[in-house]
Amino acid sequence: MTVALFVPCYIDQFYPHVAIATLQVLEKAGVTVVYPPKQTCCGQPMANSGFEHLTKGCNELFVKNFTGFDYIVCPSGSCTLHVKQHLHEAENEKEAEYIKAHVYELTEFLTDIVQVEQWDARFPHKVGMHQSCHGQRGLKLSQMSELVAEPFSKPDKLLKMVEGLEIVELSRTDECCGFGGTFCVAEESVSVKMGKDRVDDHLSHGVEYIIGGDMSCLMHMEGILRRQKSKVQVKHIAEILNSH
Amino acid sequence: MDQGNKDHAALAERFNEDEPRVNWHDETLWWVRAKRDKAAHTLPEWEQLREAASQIKNNVLSNLSEYLLQFEEKAKANGVVVHWAADAKDHNEIVYALLQQNGISRIVKSKSMLTEECHLNDYLQQQGIEVIDTDLGERIVQLANEPPSHIVLPCIHKKKEEIGELFHEHLGTPAGNADPKFLANAARLNLREKFLTRRAAMTGVNFAVAETGEFVVCTNEGNADMGAHLADVHIACMGIEKIVPQRNHLSVFLRLLARSATGQPVTTYSSHFKKPRKGQQMHIVLVDNGRSVQLGRADFRNSLKCIRCGACMNTCPVYRRSGGHSYHTAIAGPIGSILAPNLDMRKYADLPFASTLCGSCSNVCPVKIDIHDQLYKWRQVLVKEGYAPAAKKIAMQGMTFTLSNPGVYQFAGKAGRWIMDKIPFIVNNKLNPWYKQREMPEPPKQSFGEWYKKNRKDNL
Repeated sequence: MTVALFVPCYIDQFYPHVAIATLQVLEKAGVTVVYPPKQTCCGQPMANSGFEHLTKGCNELFVKNFTGFDYIVCPSGSCTLHVKQHLHEAENEKEAEYIKAHVYELTEFLTDIVQVEQWDARFPHKVGMHQSCHGQRGLKLSQMSELVAEPFSKPDKLLKMVEGLEIVELSRTDECCGFGGTFCVAEESVSVKMGKDRVDDHLSHGVEYIIGGDMSCLMHMEGILRRQKSKVQVKHIAEILNSH
Repeated sequence: MDQGNKDHAALAERFNEDEPRVNWHDETLWWVRAKRDKAAHTLPEWEQLREAASQIKNNVLSNLSEYLLQFEEKAKANGVVVHWAADAKDHNEIVYALLQQNGISRIVKSKSMLTEECHLNDYLQQQGIEVIDTDLGERIVQLANEPPSHIVLPCIHKKKEEIGELFHEHLGTPAGNADPKFLANAARLNLREKFLTRRAAMTGVNFAVAETGEFVVCTNEGNADMGAHLADVHIACMGIEKIVPQRNHLSVFLRLLARSATGQPVTTYSSHFKKPRKGQQMHIVLVDNGRSVQLGRADFRNSLKCIRCGACMNTCPVYRRSGGHSYHTAIAGPIGSILAPNLDMRKYADLPFASTLCGSCSNVCPVKIDIHDQLYKWRQVLVKEGYAPAAKKIAMQGMTFTLSNPGVYQFAGKAGRWIMDKIPFIVNNKLNPWYKQREMPEPPKQSFGEWYKKNRKDNL
């Protein structure tokens, strides 16, 4: 099984260690990983701002970079969801459709495709799990508090295999952190207030780390934590799965 | 209330100047959301009910003209006078003409978001008609000379102390008394006199049944009934999308409405009005006001399924932290943000962007409107129609160029990280909205792409 590693642009530029951890986790899971070096961005920043018609270049590039693999795996629910919902390429529609059906967020790839039942990792800390809305409500990585339905969680299934990890129960289990792409600057005051409230929920439960599957939410909360001079850090779930 | 020409972001910023108040507003509405969750979880068939409601509404929207004509025929046969209003102006003029014909200059009105949408109160007051809102929350905002901030909880933005002051000023209650029970009783006594003396009563309509010509008005206070039963003239106003085909469909909608709105199993009063009493006039005004246009927009027609429960507002993390008035439209929150641009794209171009697209609204919606997907789609429409700010357009074009060219992207990334590292004040300043209340990420020495090139040469 050959997997193409799709690294979101902001992870490539600001959080390369998260991409390295993702690569190593996938290799540890026994899959062959290839990183197409000419990748840039899925185009979501333009699309969510109302400029989906400007994403043609990104789409063409994406199809070019990610054609020819069994699966495409990404350490972000949000970018994965964007590709799944909005990738179009008139000249290579077949390839685009294949990609849309075979692009996976990291944790769902591990639970659904690799079907990991055991995992060797150790992270003896108290953490709060932040679920990104696009991962949870978009990709349905875990059950949503609004619905009357059976609970489940793909990331939690993996985290339960990590030795020493303690996950706290939050007061609001799946409230948005307020990042929201360009929303974070266009609606700065509400975005920050949402972020502060999310961070407070974690802090009031005594976490050492806020972890999650989307670095964009974590980047926003990290910005708030660091401004507050808090010792609490953020970590991507790939880093937790890659810890010993 | 002067909102100026400010957009949602600016109005929300003003709301956020008082953080303890934002916390209070957020927690109050979250409490309503939690009550809704609890009520929904008492019904194992909750998701099936939502699906049934959604499908009934699909049928209604696909056959709206026939159901409306059927309703008109039945209502007429019941002795009700049916009026058709193409827009808000028509609606207001019809109501005014009915009052004039009956020589009435003072009326009571129970809650109707449609009359808010049509700005009926302002219009009637300009014609010299006195309107008293009889829903307690609406009465409070009316005394404060403000619009409602929430479709179910109109004065949810007001603290009880502020209501105490308002009542002291307008109803003569003792200064400093903010006991909710006492204040509610004071309002009740004051309103009773109005109910007894006003000859016309207006109500909204929650559901209109095509097969019987009856309509249902849901309230918790009984104020619609008090008004309608005492008045010589009952005028009910409804948006044309309020139709349900059969009476038994109410068993789906009435179970969903109150649970979604406030967490109650059912509204205290779900009153069926079918025919006028002897000597009474009963009028129904069927209002389009943009609904036919929305019905014709394939991506947005589902918004007409809305039963005005307000659940999307209570769950919306942006609404809870920006307040209803920041949406500067009669219907605030997520649903308002997909309805308002249909009425006026220029005026409401900001609203579909007042969301993180978190999707919680679509999940609580009792009729399964894909609200957050419609917000995304409205953004595309608004940009294409030319309502994007020029600066944003230029920024997006620059971003597109960079992200469409791997070489440019890699260079820009490297240059950006170098600047953040060596001359951080270029980004860490007050012109950068990110930096105002958040630190920027620390720029790493190399990108992942660069790391991979060095460490995994063999794979390239």
